[in-house]
Formats: sequence, C-alpha cells, structure tokens
Amino acid sequence: MERSFIAKNPSVLWFLLGLAGFTIVITILSEASGAALISTSFVKTLGKTLCLCLVAIAMDVVWGYCGILSLGHFAFFGIGGYAIGMWLMYARTEDIVIASLENATLPPTPDEITNAIGTQIFGVVGSSDFPMIWAFSHSLTLQLLAVALVPGLLALVFGWLAFRSRVTGVYLSILTQAMTLALSLYFFQNDTGLRGNNGLSGLQNIPGLEAVSQATLSLWFFWASAFALGVGYVLFAWITAGKLGSVIRAIRDNEARVRFLGYHVESYKLFVFTITAIIAAIAGALYYPQAGIINPAEIAPIASIYLAVWVAIGGRGRLYGAVIGAAVVSLMSSWFTGGKAPDINLGFYVIGWTDWWLVLLGLTFVAVTLFFPKGIGGLFDLLQPRKGDAP
Amino acid sequence: MRHTILALMILLGTALAASAQTLQSILQAHGEEIASPSRNSVGVALGDIVASGLPQTTDFLEQWAEKNVWQRDDGMFFIGAEGEGLLTLTDIDTGAQSADASAEYYQLKPNGGVRRVIGTALVQFQLLDPDLTRRETAVASIARRPEAAQLAPLMASIDGEVDADLKARKIQLANFLSARFAESPMNRIAAINSLATDTSVEARAVLNQILTKSPGVSDRAPDGNIAAILDPFIDPDRSYAALVAANLAPARQSAADIKEALEANIIGGRIADLPVAQMDDPANRAAAYAALAARGAVPTLVTDEARNAALSAHVFYELYATPNADITTAAATALASVETRVASAQAVDLTLDALSLASIFFLAAIGLAITFGVMGVINMAHGEFIMMGAYTGYVVQLFIPNYTVSIVVALPLAFAVTFAAGVVMERLVIRRLYHRPLETLLATFGISIALQQIAKNIFGTQARPLTSPDWLAGAFVVNDVIRISFIRIAIFAMALIFLALILYILKRTRLGLEVRAVTQNPGMASSMGINPNRINMMTFGLGSGIAGIAGVAIGLYAKVTSEMGSDYIVQSFMTVVVGGVGNVWGTLAGAAMIGFGQKGIEWLNPSNTLAAQTYMILFVILFIQFRPKGIVALKGRAAGD
Amino acid sequence: MNTLLEVSGVSVSFDGFKAINNLSIQIAEPELRAIIGPNGAGKTTFMDILTGKTKPDEGRVIWGEKSVSLLGMSESQIAQSGIGRKFQKPTVFEAQTVRENIVMALKNPRGPFDLLFKRRVDDSADRAREISDEIGLSDALDQTAGALSHGQKQWLEIGMLLAQDPRLLLVDEPAAGMSPSEREHTTDLLVRAARTRAVVVVEHDMEFVRRLNCKVTVLHQGSVLAEGSLDHVTKNQDVVDVYLGR
Repeated sequence: MERSFIAKNPSVLWFLLGLAGFTIVITILSEASGAALISTSFVKTLGKTLCLCLVAIAMDVVWGYCGILSLGHFAFFGIGGYAIGMWLMYARTEDIVIASLENATLPPTPDEITNAIGTQIFGVVGSSDFPMIWAFSHSLTLQLLAVALVPGLLALVFGWLAFRSRVTGVYLSILTQAMTLALSLYFFQNDTGLRGNNGLSGLQNIPGLEAVSQATLSLWFFWASAFALGVGYVLFAWITAGKLGSVIRAIRDNEARVRFLGYHVESYKLFVFTITAIIAAIAGALYYPQAGIINPAEIAPIASIYLAVWVAIGGRGRLYGAVIGAAVVSLMSSWFTGGKAPDINLGFYVIGWTDWWLVLLGLTFVAVTLFFPKGIGGLFDLLQPRKGDAP
Repeated sequence: MRHTILALMILLGTALAASAQTLQSILQAHGEEIASPSRNSVGVALGDIVASGLPQTTDFLEQWAEKNVWQRDDGMFFIGAEGEGLLTLTDIDTGAQSADASAEYYQLKPNGGVRRVIGTALVQFQLLDPDLTRRETAVASIARRPEAAQLAPLMASIDGEVDADLKARKIQLANFLSARFAESPMNRIAAINSLATDTSVEARAVLNQILTKSPGVSDRAPDGNIAAILDPFIDPDRSYAALVAANLAPARQSAADIKEALEANIIGGRIADLPVAQMDDPANRAAAYAALAARGAVPTLVTDEARNAALSAHVFYELYATPNADITTAAATALASVETRVASAQAVDLTLDALSLASIFFLAAIGLAITFGVMGVINMAHGEFIMMGAYTGYVVQLFIPNYTVSIVVALPLAFAVTFAAGVVMERLVIRRLYHRPLETLLATFGISIALQQIAKNIFGTQARPLTSPDWLAGAFVVNDVIRISFIRIAIFAMALIFLALILYILKRTRLGLEVRAVTQNPGMASSMGINPNRINMMTFGLGSGIAGIAGVAIGLYAKVTSEMGSDYIVQSFMTVVVGGVGNVWGTLAGAAMIGFGQKGIEWLNPSNTLAAQTYMILFVILFIQFRPKGIVALKGRAAGD
Repeated sequence: MNTLLEVSGVSVSFDGFKAINNLSIQIAEPELRAIIGPNGAGKTTFMDILTGKTKPDEGRVIWGEKSVSLLGMSESQIAQSGIGRKFQKPTVFEAQTVRENIVMALKNPRGPFDLLFKRRVDDSADRAREISDEIGLSDALDQTAGALSHGQKQWLEIGMLLAQDPRLLLVDEPAAGMSPSEREHTTDLLVRAARTRAVVVVEHDMEFVRRLNCKVTVLHQGSVLAEGSLDHVTKNQDVVDVYLGR
C-alpha cells in the first residue's frame, strides 16, 4: 500500500532484470546481429521456450496458487495458436493466390480469389469451401481478438459450469481432462473446418513481412515472447500478491473456510481460471508462428499433463519456479529427443536417449512428487532460510 | 397295393423305353446343332435331350456347358480331358474310358448365351437329381441368377423334394421367383404379400427389383406406371441438368464457361467495348457477356429465371420398370412393412452393440472404480495396466501357439503381472501419498508416461496382434440384420462374471469386509486388528489385476499398442465419476450410460465416431452439473469432502 | 432486544437418520447463548444449516429486521449478511501470516476485482492491528499462522470472526484443548463480543458454559430439550436423564 508493488516483491524485479539481460545477450549473439554465434533455429527454440514459460506461469497460478489442477491449459494454448494460425494461413494464401492470378487474362473477381484460397487451404481435406469458423480469418484484428476471446469464453463457460456444481480436486482435474479430450477430438475432425489432423502449416511465413529474413523475424518473435513473458509475469505477480493473492491461496488451502468468510469462491476460481486461460492462449499465439505448424495432437490431453509436469518439477506456488521448470524440462526434452545427447553403452544394452528420455522424465517426475514437492524452486528456500511462504 | 403295382409297372416301362435309345443317338440326330450351337437354334436339340429322360443327361449337359465335350472326325461325341497330347475319353452312354491322340478330335465351345440356355435346361435335371449336393448347387445357382424360365421347374421340383431344409429353401426361392416372374398378376401379388414379413437381404432385393424405377422428364404428362412426380425446385440445378441431358433445354454456362467466352472475345484490350481491367467486377463481366450475347457472339445466358421457366414447363417423374400398378403398390407396401421390421431389428442390433461397448467400458473401469472409488486413490497409470495385460497376452501367444490354451494361460498370468505391478506401485509410491490425492494423480502420471515409453521401447510402435481362438472368431447370427460376434458376447459374459466376482469379494468375503471397514474408518479398523496397509495393498493389487484381465479382453478385439491405455483412461474415469464413486453398481450404471450414449450418438451421425466421442464427453460434463455425485450417489455426511 | 434469528420447525435427515428434528430456536441481538447437548444431538448440523452448508428438508430460517430467509442463500451470501462461524477444529490459513488471515476476514467488498484494485481498504492496517490487540496476537502479526500454538490459532480464528464484524457469531467448542488461563481469555473475548452482537456458543464443557453466565439451550436428538439459565436446565429431570444415562 504505502510501498510500491515492486519494492514488496523484489523477485519480480530480479526476474525482469534477468529476462532483459538474457534478451540482450541472445540478440547480440544471434545471426541477425551479425555475430551469428547461435543459429536462427536455436533463437526460435529459445523464443518458443519463453512462450512455454508464459503458459507455465499461467498454469502455476491456476494450480500452484489456486489449487485447480487444470489439465486443459495447454488446450487453451493450442486454441490461441489456431486462432492466429487461421489469419496467418489465410493472409499468406491470399498473397500467393493474388500473385498467381496477376497475369491471368481477366482480372479475378473476389469470388474467384476466395475460391482459389479455399482450394489451396482445404484441398488437403477434399474441400474448397470456407467453413463458418473461418468467417473472420481475413482480419488480423478479429483473429487477435479471437486469440483472447475464444479461450476466455470457453474457460468462462466451462469454469462456471464446473465451479458452480462444486466439482473440486481430482474430479475437477478429470473434468478438465475430459474437456481437453473433447476439444482435441473436435479439432481432429475434418468437419470442424480446421483441416483435421493436417492442422495449419506454413505459419512461420508472416504475410506482409516476406522481405524480412527468418533470422530477423525469429529475433522479433523472440523479443515479443520475452516482452509477453515479462508482462505476464508482472501481471500474475500483481494478482497473486496482496489481498487477492491471499484469498486465492486461502481457497487452495481450505475452500470451505473461505466461503464462510463471505467470499464467493466460485467467482475467484472463475477469475483465475479465465485469465490464465487467456494468457495461455496468448502464449500459444506467439508460439506457433515460431513453430510454423499446429495440429490437433498439440491439444491432446498429454500436452496439458506435461505442462503440469514442468510446473511441478520447477516448483509450484512460485512464479519463477514455473519459469525454471518449463525452461529446463522443455530444453532438456529437445536436447534428449533431438539425438544430441550421447547414448550410454551398458555393454549388453545401449540406452538411446531418444527412446529412454520419456522414461527418465516420468520417473524423475515421480521422484520429484515424492521427495521434492517444492521442485527446483525449493532450492531457493535453502538460500534464504526461514522466510515463510509468502512470495 | 394296386397303386404300388401300377407305379412299379410305369417305372419299369419308362426304363425300358429309355434303354431303347442312347444319348449318343439323340446327339447324332442333332449333330450339326450340337457341334456349333446358337442360342436360338439349340432349343430343339436340348428339348429332345431333355425329353429322353436318360440318367446320363445331367452329366453330359454339365460337361457340355464346361466345354469338355469333344467331337471325333466321324461325328461321334465324347467327354474328354486333354493332357500331354492325349485325350482321355469317356463314352457318353456307357462311361467306358479310353485314350486317343487329340488330333482327330474337335472341342465344342458353346458361347455364353448357349451355355446359359444349357444351364437353364440343366437346372431342371439338377433340381431332381438324386444327389443332394447337386440339388443344392442348382438351387444356389437359381438364387444367384434368378430367371423367369426357372420358375416352372423349381415349382415342379418342390413336391418331390425329400430334404426338409432344401424343400423350405426351394419354396422360399419359388416365392421370390413368383414375386418377380409369375405370369398372373394375382400370383405375383400373392407372392409379394408373403414377403412382407421377410427381413432377409434377398427378400428386400426382390422387392427392390420389382420397384426398380427410372427418372424421366417430359413436356407433358407421362404414360406408364408412375412412381412419383418430382418437384424440380428442390434441387433446381440438378433438375435443369436432367433437362439438358434430355435435349429439352440449352446448357447453362458455368462461371468458367463465361470466363472462357469472355477471354475468347478480347479485342484490343476490350470485351464488347468494356475494358478488360474492369473485369474483376462480376457485374461488369455479366454486362460484357450480355453485350456479346446480343451480338450473337456467344449463346444467350441462361439466367435463373430462364431456368425456372424451363423447369416449370416440364414434368419430372419417376417411372416403374414394372408396368402393372397393382404389383408395384403391393411391393411398395410389402417393402415398407419389411423396412419397419428391419428398423426394429436394427434397434435390437444397436442395443446389443451398445451393450458390448458398455461391457468394455465396464471392464476397463471396474478396476479403477475399486482403486478410485473404494480407496480414493487416483491411478492415472490404470490405462497402462490395461496395456500391460494386453501385452502379457501377446507374449504368452508367442510361446503357446494354441490360441485357446494361450488365452486360458494369459488371463491369470495377466492378473498376476498387473497385480504385482499394482502392489509394487502401491508400496513405493501410493502409500507415501495417501491424503494427497492431487499428488497421487501426478505421480501416477509420471509412472504412466514411463510405462508407456518402456512398452514402446520393448514392443515397438506397431500394433501387436492378440489372436482369439477359432471358436470365438465367428458371429451369432439371428437374421440378416442382427449379428453379434462371439468375442463381444464373451466380453459381455466376462463383464458379468467380474461384476459378480467383485460384488462377492466386497460383500461376502473377509477381505471385502475389511476393505469396507478401512474405507469407512481407517482408525477404527486398525484398532480392531485390521492392518490398513495390507488392505490398501490388496485392494490396489486387485484393482490393478482386474485392469490386466480387462487388457487381455480388450486386446482380443482391439489392437495392442503402447498407447492403448490412454485410449481408455479418460473414458474409464468418466465411467466411474458418472456412475458415482465408491459403488460397483454405479460403475455399471456409468458404463451403461456412456456405452449406450455413445452408440446412440453414433447412430444419429453414423459417419463420425470422433464426433460421437466428443458429444458424449460434453454430455458427461453437463451431466456432472446435475448430478455431481453421479448416478448412484452416496448421501449424507459420508459423502462430504 | 430484537429477534435477530428465528429458526422454526427445521428438520433434516441423512440416509434416514434424523439429525435435526422439528427444531425451533430464537436468538436476539445482542445476546450470548450457549448450546449444549450430548454427542449426536445435532449441534454441528444446526450450525451447518445456519451457515448454508446443509439444506434442511423442511422448516424456516428467518434472519434480521427484513425477515429474509437464509435457506435460499449461498454460504458466502449468508456470511456477508452477517453470520460468522468458528469451526470446532481451528481452521486458519496456516501458510499465511496472522495479518493476512485477519485482513482477509475484514469487512470489505469481497469481489475479485474489488481486491485487485484495492477498493476501500485504506484502514485495513489499523483495523488489523486493533483486532490483533484484542485477541492478544499483536506481536505475532507477521508470523505464519501455522507457527502459532493451538490456543493462539483458536484466538486468531475468533479474531477473524470479529474482523468480519458479524451480527451473529457461531462458535463451535472454543475451549477444546485449551489451558485454564487460555480459557479465561477466551471467555472474556466472547462475553465482550456479545455486548454488541449475538453470540452462539456450542460447548461440551459445563464449567466453561457456567463461566459464560448466559441463557442455555439443551439439544437432544435434534430438538430442544430445555431452555433457560444453566441452573434451571440442570435441574430439569429430562436433562439429567440424558446426561446421566436413562
């Protein structure tokens, strides 16, 4: 109240400084700056990792702070990706179609252009008509709105139904997993109009920025991701600090008691569930242009489970824990499964990490749950002994 | 007595008369026609051959139709088989065998039309042949290709038929033939009416044959047996296409045609005085085309108005191929009645389908219901236990090739393997996390991820077969609509057995009593000498073991992959939650609801099983709103959190 | 003395067991009332009904001057309309500091956005300090509540109730597990609170009830067995039978 928010939450300041420093270092080392000490694809990997950190802190707020083990936040992430992907794909295809029709004998009519775009996009699922769901895909503004509104509304409706009927704990987790499964099955269908299991592709080509090299573009997206992570971090730190944070954590620890204090617990849960869903979707909208492709497998329930794994390993209930977990696990994942990790030769058997990484991850996760419930972030407590649980 | 004697005498007489002439002599009398028959001329010769009534006729006709009859240069006919430059010859009458060089013989090769005529003549014999197999072949060949000419011999053969099954089949077939080919409309209608209760595919095919209709279009009221007058405006473009096809209207120009016509008429950068650059506006294109049409350069555009006028000026109809309206009316009525019956049979079939799906859900979920419901422990690796059971079955089959024995071995072994896995998991992980359900959820996730990947590393990513024994391979066929495979019946039976077994264990055994005691009040139970740790371990092992057995059952009808567990885990949880936690009956109700719901939605939208699953999940989410504690809910303080 | 709460003809059963049977009680404002009764008499269920946790099968619960029914309201609405509850087992938020616990309970707008944008909480710090003085935890304001002793947790919970500034305080076995001096302190707190509002104390311990020196209601098998001063009810033959065995 008297003191500023940052002064009361020094970890936020440290985080922002660290993030800024990291961004500057990567910028200097990148191909775009000329130093070219790290490859463009690695810059993209780092940019994507920042987006994963953003969705991880959203997950941390909803789970680590509010106690809702949501197995659906990666689905919101995916929906954000789809929403921006639709515009990217439409606008890019439109450019291509117009360019290809440039030298036609007759200048094309609007209908001809639309049909040609439709054929280009939906030919792969044997169709050429635009489904209703693509009605706004021509407009960047509307699709950007959709990035926030579609997952936001979905979370609002689903959360309202679930919280209203007092579904809590593991039941809620299973319900969110069911929602995720329903969503991924929905996206898998060709009838949905999102190209079924082909998903959306070519998203790394940003319409209107064809002249900009991928090296530069990757850096821009890296900056955007870092900025989004910074803003998201501050936003969540602000939400989880102070009295609101106090109530949210109280709901996690004893929901019924909070209710008897006169708080409408459902509103709080709904607020947290929805705002984290929106942030997750924004993270997704930044992630998939860097990944270049999105398909329904990204939305499958297992993805949301991995999200929980990251947060648990990083240490839930503290935002930087989620960031550490997401960054460490996802980078290690790509290192191990990318074939770069050296295989271990046991003489009678060779442990190839592409095959055994998931086993290691699964068992690590079990060990963390059993023996280090505070995760990697818990190590910071050892640095500052006896400082309570306040963030 | 007198009758018998008379019959004997007649029989004797015909036999004597027949022996007076040989088949060869008849053939020689028609030598020319036999050697090079045509469809029209062969009738006389066949008539004489058939009229002879000789027993060797059937053989000869069969061999003739199969191109095995040879003619010697002197005109004699033989049945011959060619081999290594020699012909093995069989005398047509005596059956005596001989061999000769093939050079002097000429093979008779009747064409398809003739062979069919021979076949029809042959059928009359075959229908009366003393050999049952031959008669059956004849009946089957009539069923395959029914013809009007077969009706009379078929009818004639019914009375003398001694085999009861074949007689019934002959009567049925005669009925089908009468419905289509009987000469008097009365007889046809009678036959058609008798088909109204027959749901077989054959009977429906007969009725549909009678009701064959063809679309037509005319500028005045059509003649003939009209099936329907169509409204052309339901699909105007298609109707107009029919008009065009019948040369009753000019073809319409598609957008591409118009574009082509415009492109062909560019003169100096302009089309009909309009600049090409303005052609991105559809209105300008229309104007340019209209101008071109006015000059006669292109055909006049068929506008929607012109199309509609043309449609209104013509009658669109469907005409029955059968000219007699009484017959088609009777057939339509019969078909409607058959279809009602088929629909109700399909409802039964759907119910059986749903029942077997529900059984699978029940089997997959019941182990979970025990660990989740009774112990309050979330086991996300439950799906992987199902997978382990299925792979156990697969490995057993690698060692025991006899499928029956291997299944008998696999079931207890799968139970043992997953029971052990469950106990190990309970001791190492679950026990440390009691009262922290979310953490249990997470830890078992980790185990699930690891187990899945280990299975992938061992068995690879491709699906492995788990073959069911032959006696489970078939299907139980009630009629042409209702059929249910034995494997699904077996799964249903297994679900019932498990329901009984689990109810027995929980309600009637010491273990069940202790489980219930620990569930309700662990402190009190332990003070009464029950060891809660042991009970929890046993319960968890039991739940896991059942998952293993369910895995074998599921593996028998679905594919065995490392990911099969995750296909069932969400469904299983929903089954338990919808049914009501902590209650075996609840799981049964939940499985039934989800199984029937899913099949019901599939029936509404048959092409899309993904959609059925999606909507089922949405339904479950909504259902939880209204009954958060499930179908079979516990009430009162015990249900509190 | 106005009637603040009127419970009439309330019954509730769980799986055929009648926990509350045609119960009628009136509470005035201000008033201190003790409710006693053997185990299973329905004391906790009675509180569950008042606070909205359990919905009764029949009967009416009327609240305040405007005579609103509490039965259609959610737990949080009931709490906001002025009924505070202290549980049998001390339930404070152990992971948070004493100050956070009290501030959370303070009577303020309770929507998420009110909290996010800090509407009308300027005097929170002062109020929190006043309350911590009252419950004797001023020195422990920045400690986590989990580090408090059992008795201190009980006081913190009473403090949270006071912070809510309710018109009716429901207190479930406040003296359980307390030392004699702690009991005395608790009695003082409750008696002081009852000067301006209604306080209902559910208690087993007769000695504690005697010290409260107030009107007593005896519950048995879900309905009122006797009502009056402690001396009056202890002379009642039914009460003696119930307490000393039949």
